[in-house]
Amino acid sequence: MTTTLKGIAASKGIAFAKAFVLEQPEMNIEKTEINDTGTEVSRFHEAVNNAKRELQVIKNKTLNDMGEDKAEIFSAHLLVLEDPEIIDGVTSKIKDEQVNAESALKELSDMYVTMFEGMDNEYMKERASDIRDVSQRILLHLLGVENTSLAAIQEETVVIAEDLTPSDTAQLDLNYVLGFATDIGGRTSHSAIMARSMEIPAVVGTKQATSSIQTGDFLIIDGMEGEVILQPDEDMIASYKKKQQDYLRKKEEWAKLVNEPSTAKDGTRVELAANIGTPDDLEGVLANGAEGIGLYRTEFLYMGRDELPDEEEQFEAYKKVLEKMDGRAVVIRTLDIGGDKELPYLDLPSELNPFLGFRAIRLCLEQTDMFRTQLRALLRAGAYGNLKIMFPMVATIEEFREAKGILEDVKEDLKQEGQQPAEDVETGIMVEIPSTAAAADIFAKEVDFFSIGTNDLIQYTMAADRMSEKVSHLYQPYHPAVLRLVKQVIEAAHQEGKWAGMCGEMAGEETAVPLLLGLGLDEFSMSATSVLPARSQLLTLTTEDAEELAAEAVNLPTAKDVEALVYEKGFVQN
Amino acid sequence: MKEQTYTITNDTGIHARPATQLVNKAGQFSSEITLEYNGKSVNLKSIMGVMSLGVGKNSEVTIRVEGSDEEEAMQAVDEVVKEGLGE
Repeated sequence: MTTTLKGIAASKGIAFAKAFVLEQPEMNIEKTEINDTGTEVSRFHEAVNNAKRELQVIKNKTLNDMGEDKAEIFSAHLLVLEDPEIIDGVTSKIKDEQVNAESALKELSDMYVTMFEGMDNEYMKERASDIRDVSQRILLHLLGVENTSLAAIQEETVVIAEDLTPSDTAQLDLNYVLGFATDIGGRTSHSAIMARSMEIPAVVGTKQATSSIQTGDFLIIDGMEGEVILQPDEDMIASYKKKQQDYLRKKEEWAKLVNEPSTAKDGTRVELAANIGTPDDLEGVLANGAEGIGLYRTEFLYMGRDELPDEEEQFEAYKKVLEKMDGRAVVIRTLDIGGDKELPYLDLPSELNPFLGFRAIRLCLEQTDMFRTQLRALLRAGAYGNLKIMFPMVATIEEFREAKGILEDVKEDLKQEGQQPAEDVETGIMVEIPSTAAAADIFAKEVDFFSIGTNDLIQYTMAADRMSEKVSHLYQPYHPAVLRLVKQVIEAAHQEGKWAGMCGEMAGEETAVPLLLGLGLDEFSMSATSVLPARSQLLTLTTEDAEELAAEAVNLPTAKDVEALVYEKGFVQN
Repeated sequence: MKEQTYTITNDTGIHARPATQLVNKAGQFSSEITLEYNGKSVNLKSIMGVMSLGVGKNSEVTIRVEGSDEEEAMQAVDEVVKEGLGE
């Protein structure tokens, strides 16, 4: 009988294959008494050395295949393998208690795992899984158990596992592994991120994949809907084959659009840009044919470290992005930190209501040394490409004027030092506070552009935190109130001959694209992987139809009505 | 033997990056180096040990160094602490 397991759609695509259930290797660890502790200790050291060699290989492979970021986790594993507390701890346990290496290691690593898991700190909890992964690796060597199961897969397979660790995903041979499903995890867990970068379909968080599926079972994995179908009948297989072909055909069509301009059916040009966090994201941006960067979030330069990045470091990062984009527009947002995004070394006071607190431009206008350093780096880098500077969280025109004043001041300083700052840099604001949207006509006279940050604009307009389960249903991108604000901002910009963009998640959504085209949006900035689908969708739309749709939508009573209208009029396909 | 007491001023205490830096630095010396906090003492050359203490902000910790290169070791560790952790 056919059964369907529901999970979280982690990576798009559809796979058909027999299941390979990744068993946790059988590890019966018994505590035994050892007389010759010297031999036992060297057996342990040998296992550790083997584990180290193995990890080095995995680390190098990951470094080559996926880059430095993904390989970093294995450096952390290697550090655990060299830890005297573990190595000497096990050694003295063997000697003092005359026990076998397996039980000594297990006891010690269990102790650390429990300790770290109990800590009230996400970072430390992650370290617990590192320790588990590493001690498992040593144990396998001690027990002489082969752990090459994943690497040994030689036929087309979908992998089923409780979870896939970094060591696991590094071993997947994509010639055979067509997709995977796991019991645990979410859209941002390691396994899901890896699936998207390997471009194979994946469903995570099914809760019961390993208990319901056996190796050899025939399965369908639907990475669009987040479903795993067990024992599908002929009809289902046929309909999923069709779905797979449709998807693959779409993907092919999208691929053809990489170097094409973004135009609607009637020839109206818009710009489809990408959002990035670090220069490393540029590869994906270029591969997906984005026409520019609509949002470069600079806060990642400041995060995960102990002190502020200096001017040189920032300059290099900005320059790299501008050069690689080769004359295409790059909107760089100045530091948006504070609130939920903390920088421990700034020692900011904790607030009761961080989203309404001391963050972004409010912080930068107070800590001007930090702000000036960033602006210096930006203006210097601006000489290497098409830079536009954007200030986040602007609520009043005074804030914009003050920020702009500092920018001009910094430019003068640079000139006096004999440097060559970029001259004609467009300066705009992110529209994410309702006050700014409401007074957009006032701002439009002074700024060079607007970029609507929908994630915050929606949450401030609806006064609902989308992370809060009880009120997340009020976070409604298609609420007429939100659409009216968007409309107002775009119209205000055009009135003054300025351009308006959008850099929230909404900009890339299939339902939003026709509405935004109809409202007259000039620039759509989204995650790189959404660019080609959006470009393909645009080709099916005429501006006239979209305008009519938008005009009707802003007057509907509810968000549901708006979505239903877009669907009924055939603007989205699913 | 050398000994120094510090108050940790770093917001997240001795975690993650600062812990790694401290451990890496300690590992460069042959002296025995320990970190004491709240009555517990751990090997400063062990990332597990250091992180397991869960040293938070405003904690008082003591670092002890004993061995042939204790002078240099104390100085080097002292620099790391003062650069990013506390005073």
